[in-house]
Amino acid sequence: MITKIDPTVNSEYKSGLACGLCCTKLHGFGVMLGKTEILRDLSLHIHCGELTALIGPNGAGKSTLLKAILGEVAHSGTMTFLDIAGAKARTPRIGYVPQRLDFDAGSPTSVLDLWAASTCRRPVWLGAEKKLRAYARSKLAAFNADHLIENKLGSLSGGELQRVLLTLALEPVPDLLLMDEPVSGIDPRGIELFYQMISDLRQQYDMSIILVSHDLGLVSRYSDRIIFLNRTFYVVGTPGEVFSNPTVIQTFGRISTEAGKIL
Amino acid sequence: MNTWYALVDSLLPFAWSQHLFMKNALLAILLVSLLFGILGTMVVNNRMAFFSDAIGHSALTGIALGVLLGFHNPLLSMIAFALLLALAISYIKAASSSSPDTVIGVFSATAVALGIVILSRGGGFAKYSRYLIGDLLSITAEEILFLSLILIAVLLTWGLLFNRLLVVSVNPSLAKSRGVPVRIVEGLFAGLMAVIVSSSIQWVGILIINSLLVLPAASARNIAGNMRQYHTFSILISLSSGIFGLIASYYWGTATGATIVLFTALWYLISLLIKHGSR
Repeated sequence: MITKIDPTVNSEYKSGLACGLCCTKLHGFGVMLGKTEILRDLSLHIHCGELTALIGPNGAGKSTLLKAILGEVAHSGTMTFLDIAGAKARTPRIGYVPQRLDFDAGSPTSVLDLWAASTCRRPVWLGAEKKLRAYARSKLAAFNADHLIENKLGSLSGGELQRVLLTLALEPVPDLLLMDEPVSGIDPRGIELFYQMISDLRQQYDMSIILVSHDLGLVSRYSDRIIFLNRTFYVVGTPGEVFSNPTVIQTFGRISTEAGKIL
Repeated sequence: MNTWYALVDSLLPFAWSQHLFMKNALLAILLVSLLFGILGTMVVNNRMAFFSDAIGHSALTGIALGVLLGFHNPLLSMIAFALLLALAISYIKAASSSSPDTVIGVFSATAVALGIVILSRGGGFAKYSRYLIGDLLSITAEEILFLSLILIAVLLTWGLLFNRLLVVSVNPSLAKSRGVPVRIVEGLFAGLMAVIVSSSIQWVGILIINSLLVLPAASARNIAGNMRQYHTFSILISLSSGIFGLIASYYWGTATGATIVLFTALWYLISLLIKHGSR
């Protein structure tokens, strides 16, 4: 049941600052949750400087795949990372942008608290040092989120929260950036901006990006490669390839992939 | 201890502070409030109020086991059983698809029932009823020393564990991506809670221990804007309620723990008013 499309054929390579040489390889990934098989024998080859979109119907195992890569869910198969030298395989450093936060909105956790708790050893209840505050502010400023530094996480809008979490995921710059796109809470204009932002990111850093996405129009325009996943079935290829696959058409209908024609 | 007694005598020349048991109780309440003020922040943040309640209730079975095993002081068996229960709940919560509330409810009810069944054999439950409301005024100097050791341990753990615990509470996958051992951190926190709740239960009482843990943090959360304020307010509210409650209970002749809880409830009301007044 596995259809593989040769990624070297017809795949447009976008040149940028990223070298495109380092890569993350998943080999034979499988996940069982209880007695249910969620993923089977999934093999992927993700180059840095590429934006790979992960699409599929609800409950297809997209988030499970991310959790398996993170090591939060037990899986079979291996993951290796080859750096620019290509010589030594090591465990990739992973940045993760969650879809949503799990705690309630009333919690007095400020953006700076989360930043400090994630990046420093000094307990946050002592308060943040001036140096750290200035550093976090400068990093947040890159995504137009520096004015949010003292705000509580629960008071941020979907888009603001996503920008804050993205800034954090890039500190330190990961080899592999995993993003679980929020289904709701961001206006269409915000989503478009977000895709442009990620699109720029992959060119600025030597980094592979996997984005779980729900917006097929934007995916077809911005991503270099698409993984269509539905439990044990998957297809990998360029947007044009994936959106002409019969199973994908059956699931989502026809998606035009020519730039500018998506409305 | 003598330094403390001298300090109280010189600073607090009141009728209530002349008694040795009140001097002990005052020191004990300072330690307990500090502990609960700190720990409560994360209990409330992680929505674990029901969990800590279950830990408190499990003390009944802990005491019962201690009695069966012939312990003079059931503290050890209480801590051991609470630890076991805390880890069992964490494990089953992660492994089962039932709602956490249900899992905790089942364990809590079973622990209470088991404890009562064992302790009430032959109609002797009445002699254990002091555990229900607690008796702070009977605390001894050695027990205070024990509490201060726990406080030191908690402060150390809180320094090492807190940041990771906070990230886990925000999003476990995010924590995992940053190299935090999620299950270990959660287990350590549950264990810490079990130890603290069981070691203070005989002075505070099973019925109200959870209010002391939850109310100061719940009030602080209404008025705090970040983690430092959250801790500061929670500790201040906990300490002030502890001191006022102790003094009031002396003059009113009431149970200390419950009187303290009334003060924390008053704080909660005030914090709500401040929160809505500032909007």
